[in-house]
Formats: sequence, structure tokens, C-alpha cells
Amino acid sequence: MADLLYFDNNATTKLAPEARAALEPFLGELVGNPSSAHNAGGRILHAVEKAREQVALMLGCETGEIIFNSGGTEGLNTAIENALDALPTRKQIIISKVEHSAVSNVVRPLARKGYRITEINVDRFGRLDLAQLNHEVGHETALIATLWANNETGVVAPVAEIGDMAKRAGAMFVVDAVQCPGKLKLDMKAQAAIDYLAVSGHKFHALPGCGALFVRKGTPYRPLIRGGNQERGRRAGTENVPGIVSMGAAARCINEHLDADIKRQTELRDMLQSGLLAKLDNVIVNGDEQSRLCNTLNVGFEFVEAEAVLLMLDAAGVAASSGSACESGSLETSHVLRAMGVPFTAIHGSVRFSLSRYTTAAEVGALVDSTVKIVRRLREISPFGREKPAPKKPGDLEAHKAYFATT
Amino acid sequence: MQYSEKISDHFLHPRNAGELEDATVIGEAGSLATGDAFRLYLRINSQDVIEEARFQAFGSPTAIATSSALTEMIKGKHVDEAVRLSTRDIAAYLDGVPQERMHAPVMGMEALEDAYAKYRRLETLDEDGQSARIVCRCFNVSHGRIERAIRDHHLSTIAEVTHHTKAGGDCNSCHADIENLLARARAERARAAEEERIRTARDNARKAQPAGGISDLQRAALIQEVLDREVRPGLAMDGGDMELVSVEGATVRVKLGGHCVSCSSSTATMRYFVEDKLRELVDPAIEVIDITEHGQELHAPPMR
Repeated sequence: MADLLYFDNNATTKLAPEARAALEPFLGELVGNPSSAHNAGGRILHAVEKAREQVALMLGCETGEIIFNSGGTEGLNTAIENALDALPTRKQIIISKVEHSAVSNVVRPLARKGYRITEINVDRFGRLDLAQLNHEVGHETALIATLWANNETGVVAPVAEIGDMAKRAGAMFVVDAVQCPGKLKLDMKAQAAIDYLAVSGHKFHALPGCGALFVRKGTPYRPLIRGGNQERGRRAGTENVPGIVSMGAAARCINEHLDADIKRQTELRDMLQSGLLAKLDNVIVNGDEQSRLCNTLNVGFEFVEAEAVLLMLDAAGVAASSGSACESGSLETSHVLRAMGVPFTAIHGSVRFSLSRYTTAAEVGALVDSTVKIVRRLREISPFGREKPAPKKPGDLEAHKAYFATT
Repeated sequence: MQYSEKISDHFLHPRNAGELEDATVIGEAGSLATGDAFRLYLRINSQDVIEEARFQAFGSPTAIATSSALTEMIKGKHVDEAVRLSTRDIAAYLDGVPQERMHAPVMGMEALEDAYAKYRRLETLDEDGQSARIVCRCFNVSHGRIERAIRDHHLSTIAEVTHHTKAGGDCNSCHADIENLLARARAERARAAEEERIRTARDNARKAQPAGGISDLQRAALIQEVLDREVRPGLAMDGGDMELVSVEGATVRVKLGGHCVSCSSSTATMRYFVEDKLRELVDPAIEVIDITEHGQELHAPPMR
């Protein structure tokens, strides 16, 4: 079999060669606890602080605003708990209907503790209903927590506007930016309304098991993981030095090449999208094409089922993933696509392709060929889809409504 | 999801995929909206033998593999034989189907049953009133289909029902309805188990008396038990009652009480209910004689 065509970078990414080279010494020769007084410990401490500089540069913040931790989930748990502690009298939490479970599964159970949970709707293109948000947010709101970029569709939220609303109401603002590094510019100085922001190493070519939480200077903070004095008393537990070093090196790559990487990934993603749309009918692009991560394409192939597409892609050496959780055994359709009101036909056949800086044009070409062949083959054996062509233009809401009203 | 090699093989290289121009009958199950759908084309000869089977399928790898396997399994079979296949047979043919995907074989059998019914010009089970009622709107699953799945596979939890039918797999709003169906099935099973217990007790009693059957005393005890468990609770619901007066051989004398005394359907109660129960659970030779009140013996004539 040829090399694996990896189009599942929103799930996890391969380790950057630069990150591998940077962490290599820490797997053998360099031993020492950063907290120890001896020279070896000091050298390691130095490496951790160099990494912190790169990560701070990537986020556009100060080094003192970075807390290294185990990843996005820990960061979001910590941030949400801290935000609520900061405003103990306020009893409303606002999230969206399309959050990652690292936010929704933390927030929803708080209803039992007396919090009112408000989930903001999204439209057919995955865009947050800002009018509803504006209506809901108020002096009772303790916290707005939202994804900066959606993991399933890549839709980018207007964090500046959301942040303004949070600040006007005096609420805390927590942002899940796990999908963002290397795909869009993060600048915490410009985004002054963000109080907490979480990222995860393995999503941007560092090791899994490491992440960073940005906490704006002056924001109340109490550690979630308590114990030793690591991370200036903000996150106990001996540092994951190889992870942190790999994250520093990966952040450095982003700091040096971000604009070029975005341009390149956008071109390849667009090539993938136009290739599929040109060769296949009845393909629906899920998500707002005007505001979307440069590396993500979520498409619904009508009249076929996503798991079947993915398994055939897998047999052809392509790794992608489904917008839905079907592959994990649950029958539940994607909560994101459901919230967007994507028609059932397209939800069942929705597949997410996510690129990375390492994706090549040749890989995209091979992916288009494989996918077209597979979808055609599955449609050949499908009892549907030959009689009536669906509207071809992606995102044509009225045409879709008319079409599905008669199906 | 980890699939057997058989499933992967039938999914990646489906047998008999595509339409059949000269199909005698076409069976269908599922829909586009629910994520799985089958169309089964059968050419059946004058001897009722399936000469050719082809399929179209929309759905998961298991759905496609199931359709492929099913066409292979039924080709060359008499229709009556084919329709007696079970979802377990399909799963076994594929070296096992993951629990969460058992709805695929269920749907395959539905398509086959649909084709069979059309061929025999019969109505499918789901076309009568109650059982056609949709319980799970997300996946369009009927009352009858859930009941059949519970019965055929001895399902006892909502998760198992979801694995076999998809019902309740998405929005959860039908979980209460499914739980009701499960509770009913549990009660049904409990009743069957109880009857089985009484039957076993009767058989054991017989075995204990190999020479001349069970003694009158044992018989009387058994009859009393059947009346107490099976008959009197039912009568009590209408304000009636029944008392066992005597047992002589196969002749059982009872006295009605409460509302039964003046009830015009008490003769029918005797014939269709009490006597049947006793014949079924104690002794087929039993005759019940009603000696209520005025002393006039209302002999219930034997059935049939």
C-alpha cells in the first residue's frame, strides 16, 4: 500500500520534524527536574522557558500569561471553574449549541448546581446567532464560553464581537482555540476581551499530552490541579518537559511560517473542494465558506453513508473522519450538523477532511480521485439518488428547502 | 468500529449488487432519512424457488455487507425456507455483527419479509393499526418492529433495543415508550415463566406417581393453585370470585361468587377460560362443573 494519505488533522497531527529534533535530547541525555537546584535542572528550566516564549509569541501574549498543562480539556475545565469562581453571584452560563464536549460536558451538569445554561443557536451555515446572544447576555451572565473555530466544520466564530458583549455585561469570556494554532492568527493583545484561552499541543504538530492555557494578566486564578509550586503555583505536577519542548518548537514553526501556511492550506483545501464539487453531483458543503479555517472541509455526500465512505477510504489508504460520531459506535448524528439544520440525507453522508501544513497537492489530487470513485461506487449500489438531482449550489438554502420538502 | 473479515469482504466486494430487471418481486425496508435502506430484488420461479437475488443498499458498511450476504444466503432457496432465516443466521454467516449494528440484519430480514409478503400477497406485520405506530421518529421505527426485536432477541435494555432497531439512538425522546414495551415484554416473560413453572410442577407430580398419574390430593392442590394464580385475579377485577368445591378424578366442581353469580357471561367464563386453563396446565381431561347457588348444575360442554 502507498503511504497513508492523512486528512484527519483536526483530530490530531503528526509531530513536526523540528519538534522531534528539539525534544530528542530530553528523552535521553538531558535529565533533571526543572524545579531542582542543580545545573541539570537549570538547563531544563531554561528549555521550558524558551518554549514558553514561543508559545506566548504564537498567542500574542506575555510569557507570564501562559500556563503549561496537559492539553485543551484541562485548560477548558480550569478556565470554566475559574471564571465561575470569579463571579460567584452570577448564575447564567452561555455556550453555543456546537461546542466541543470539553466545554458542553463541563457546563451542562452545572445546571444541577443552580446555574442557568443558555445554548445559543447557529444558522444553516454554522454561524452563531449574535442577536440571540445579545438578547440573552446580561448582568446575570457569569461566563460566555465558545469555540473560536469549530472542530467539525471549521467555522470561525466572531470572537471580537462576542467578547464585546461579554465585557459590556461584565461577564468572563472563555475561548476554546484548540483548532486554531497554525490555521489562524491568534493575538491576545488585539483580542482584549478574552480572559482565558486554551490550546493543545497535538493539534499543532507537538506531542499529545501537553497544552497551554492563556490567562490574562489580572484575571482571578486558582489552580485546578493542586500540589507543588510548578508553573509559579498555578498548575502543580512535574512539567511534561518533552511535551513542552515539542510545543515550543512547533509554535516556533507557526510563528515563522503562519502566513505562508495559511495561504498554502487554503489553496489546497479549495482545490479539494472544487475537485469534489466538479466531479460529483449532490455534494453539500457544510459550514460558512466566508469564515472557515483554512484547512477544513466538511462535505455531505447525499445518498451515501459516511461510515461506508470512510471505511472504503481507509481500505484505499486514506484517513478522514465523519462529521458524526457514528464511527465510535453511537448512532447519534453530529450535534453540530444537527444544530445547523443540515438535512438528514447530508448528515448521514457527511465527511470531514482536514489538512495540515504537510499536505501536498499530489495528496489532495489522490484524495479527490479516491473519494470520487468511492462515492460513485456507493451511489451505484444505493437505492436512492438517481431520479432527482438535488440543488448543486452549496449553501443554497431556499433550493434545499424546496428539494427536501418534496423528498 | 472493528468488523469481521467477512463483513469487510462483503462490504468492499459486495455480491449481487444492483437492480434486477426481471424481478418477480421487490422488498424494501428503511429510508433515506433514517440512514439505512435496503431494496431486495428477487426472481422467483413457478416452484417458488428464488432463482436470482440482487440488492441495492444505502447505509453503513454493515448494512451493505448484510445485503450482500443475504442475497447469497437465499439464492436457490424455496421462498418459505428463505423467509424462515433469522437475523442470527445472517450475523453468523458474517462471523458476527457488532451489537451496535444489529439493526442492519434486522432491516435485511424486513426487506426479505416485505418481498415475501408481496409475493404471497400478504400484509406485513407492520401494516395493522397498533403495530404500525411510529415510536422512534428519528429513525422511523414502528411499535411492531420494536416488539418483534424484543421478543426475538430477548432484549431487556433500551441500549439493546437501540442496537437492534436504532430506535432511541438519537434524540432519546422515545425512551419512555421503549421502556413501556420492555416492561410489557418482561411481564409477558414472567407470565410465561410462571406457567412453565406450574407445568413443570404438574409434570414432576406425574413423574412422582408413575403408576396411576397424580393423586386426587395433588391434583386438587394444583387446581387450587391454578385458580388462585390464573383465574381469581381476573374475576376479581370484575368484582367476581370462584371457589373450588371438590375434585373427583377429572371432574372439578366450583362455585362462583360475587358478581359472577348474576353475570350472564359466567357460562362463557367456564367454557373459555377456567376449563381451558385447567386443561392446559393440569390435565386435558378436566371438566368443570359450576354448582353455584340454586343447585342447578351448569355443565360446561367440552370445547370444539
